[in-house]
Amino acid sequence: MSSTDHLDKLENQSIFILREAYKKFKKLAMLWSIGKDSNVLLWLARKAFYGHCPIPLVHIDTSYKMPEMIQFRDHYAKEWGLNLIVGQNKQALAEGMNHTKGRIVCCTALKTNGLQQIMEQYDYKGLILGIRRDEESTRAKERYFSPRDKNFEWDFKDQPPELWDQFKTNFDENTHIRIHPLLHWTEVNIWEYIQRENIPVVPLYFSRNGKRYRSLGCAPCTNPVESEAKDVAGIIAELKATRTSERAGRAQDQEDTYAMQRLRAKGYM
Amino acid sequence: MSTQRTAGVPSETLKFVMVGHVDHGKSTLVGRLLHETGFIPDTKVEHVKKVCEDQGKGFEFAFLLDGLEEERDQGITIDVAQMFFKTDKRHYVVIDAPGHKEFLKNMISGASNADVAFLMIDAEEGIQEQTQRHAYLLSLLGIKQIAVVVNKMDLVGYSQQVFERTRDTYLQYLATIGVRPHSFIPISAYHGDNVVRKTDKMPWYTGRSILETLDHFESHDDRTKLPLRLPVQDVYKFDKRRIIAGRIEAGSVAVGDTLTFYPSGKSTRVKTIEKWNAETPARVYAGESTGLQMEEQIFVERGEIAALPSAPPQTGESFHANVFWMGSKHLQKGGKYLIKLATQEVEGTIEAIVKVINSSTLEEISSDAAEVAKNEVAEIIVSTRRPIAFDTFDAVPETGRFVIVHDHDVRGGGIILKKAEYLGANL
Repeated sequence: MSSTDHLDKLENQSIFILREAYKKFKKLAMLWSIGKDSNVLLWLARKAFYGHCPIPLVHIDTSYKMPEMIQFRDHYAKEWGLNLIVGQNKQALAEGMNHTKGRIVCCTALKTNGLQQIMEQYDYKGLILGIRRDEESTRAKERYFSPRDKNFEWDFKDQPPELWDQFKTNFDENTHIRIHPLLHWTEVNIWEYIQRENIPVVPLYFSRNGKRYRSLGCAPCTNPVESEAKDVAGIIAELKATRTSERAGRAQDQEDTYAMQRLRAKGYM
Repeated sequence: MSTQRTAGVPSETLKFVMVGHVDHGKSTLVGRLLHETGFIPDTKVEHVKKVCEDQGKGFEFAFLLDGLEEERDQGITIDVAQMFFKTDKRHYVVIDAPGHKEFLKNMISGASNADVAFLMIDAEEGIQEQTQRHAYLLSLLGIKQIAVVVNKMDLVGYSQQVFERTRDTYLQYLATIGVRPHSFIPISAYHGDNVVRKTDKMPWYTGRSILETLDHFESHDDRTKLPLRLPVQDVYKFDKRRIIAGRIEAGSVAVGDTLTFYPSGKSTRVKTIEKWNAETPARVYAGESTGLQMEEQIFVERGEIAALPSAPPQTGESFHANVFWMGSKHLQKGGKYLIKLATQEVEGTIEAIVKVINSSTLEEISSDAAEVAKNEVAEIIVSTRRPIAFDTFDAVPETGRFVIVHDHDVRGGGIILKKAEYLGANL
């Protein structure tokens, strides 16, 4: 009898996807946001490739990220011997871009366009991201291998079929494919896996003075939530009882009803 | 395996898909189910309430899933949403598929990932085009456990007669495609009757609610009992080790087993099973993404299927298959397409289109045809440019199915019926 449990099944599927991506895309990168999900993704890559991460990691630095995130990034990039590429939309920052110009404007300039610049510079054809279906409703409709056109746009009304784990690995010159190995995980699964595997995370996730960050982003647009969860076990217990959404503390999602749909159609993560 | 089981936490997962004709209430049922089981965050419910008020509507459970602006404006599901919840018995992934004919490829994408299905019929409208087509496609996809849901019972006065008439008519259709449904369930998704629990509206119904039915379905993951099939995904040499990587699609493999790789026919023994940050196991099973070091350094490549020589797959250059076609351009007799079967990729030629049928009415449209149009199903004969390893779908589903790629996208899916006779060198 097989003894695979729920987390093993999630892990096996993600490893299969990572290996498909690595085999089929010569110009491949993985987005590392330094958040819990992309740390799990990185861990899964080291599982898939037996302790190695043969895929370069791209971090889009908006310059507004919390300092603890940058410290964490630099520490583990060195410790794990990662090939780290940091991207930044310097022109937009020089012209004074910040969230007061409008949150969607700012996210598009510093994140989407910052990413676009790196993708062009390195000519990446495949980009691995740690998004999950349970995060919000447009992500619930994503494919594992999801094409973006030359303008970076996602045609969510006409997605290619994806069946029997036969993924979209053939594509036009001008397009790139977003690869989503964590699509089938939930927020609780992520923390259960972090606990089981003992994966390091940025300490901002843990409660200090009655508050913690449930989701990490740029300092001006990310708010902590009320919480007493001081460790991973505390977070898991809290999430099992909660009735609020994970991204409730992320201001750009609340900008208007379909903010996330508009951001993602234009190439946001 | 290095698993830490926690008492009382279900370890089993069942994926179910909700299919049926457009507007028969699939998304409403899924929204209701998730809401009543407490798996929709309050903030999301508040958000949907506000959207409905802005549109001047009552609360729409479907909006909990149909998150795209176009979907809410038109009250229609465009693409598959996958959501999560659990009962005391197990975890569930719910796949809400679109019912509109235009989005059939999305329905198939969703259903191809499911273990079991609910097929929904509107009690007032009765059986429609997609009610039939979806049932047939489920049977082609190999989904055996199907429960039929008769929804909107509130609109027909919760009438037992209407329910039984719908059931009897539909049973006749299902019999013609060899589907024996698990059960028929009368519900009102809008009012929540017989969704999570039974209400007093239909005292004549003695069966299970939707949620009870879910827990009653059998978890079918018995792939470990099938013969070993390990398609090679890649070969790694990151350090001293040379590791053959792949996911076990059927059966299991242990250290010391002699494996043969098909179609090349090379053999060697398993030296170690590799794992990172966990104990190395002595045996690995279907569903596991694994890596093997072999005793001899034989040359194998992505695409070959490792099996025990006592239970090999078939090898050949031609097979009969049932295919469903999703491309806007017709599938052409004599046409060349990329065939992807497990990790094999090979150019295939459509040698013959034996017959084409309407996937809803099951009428035979033509025999010995020249092409297959979008949303039609056909029996075809495919020949491949070089020999491949495969099984019939009945024997080992995971290596008995394939997709057809054209112009960069998957345009069709197929299941292998049997190996074809030698077709002649001039084909």
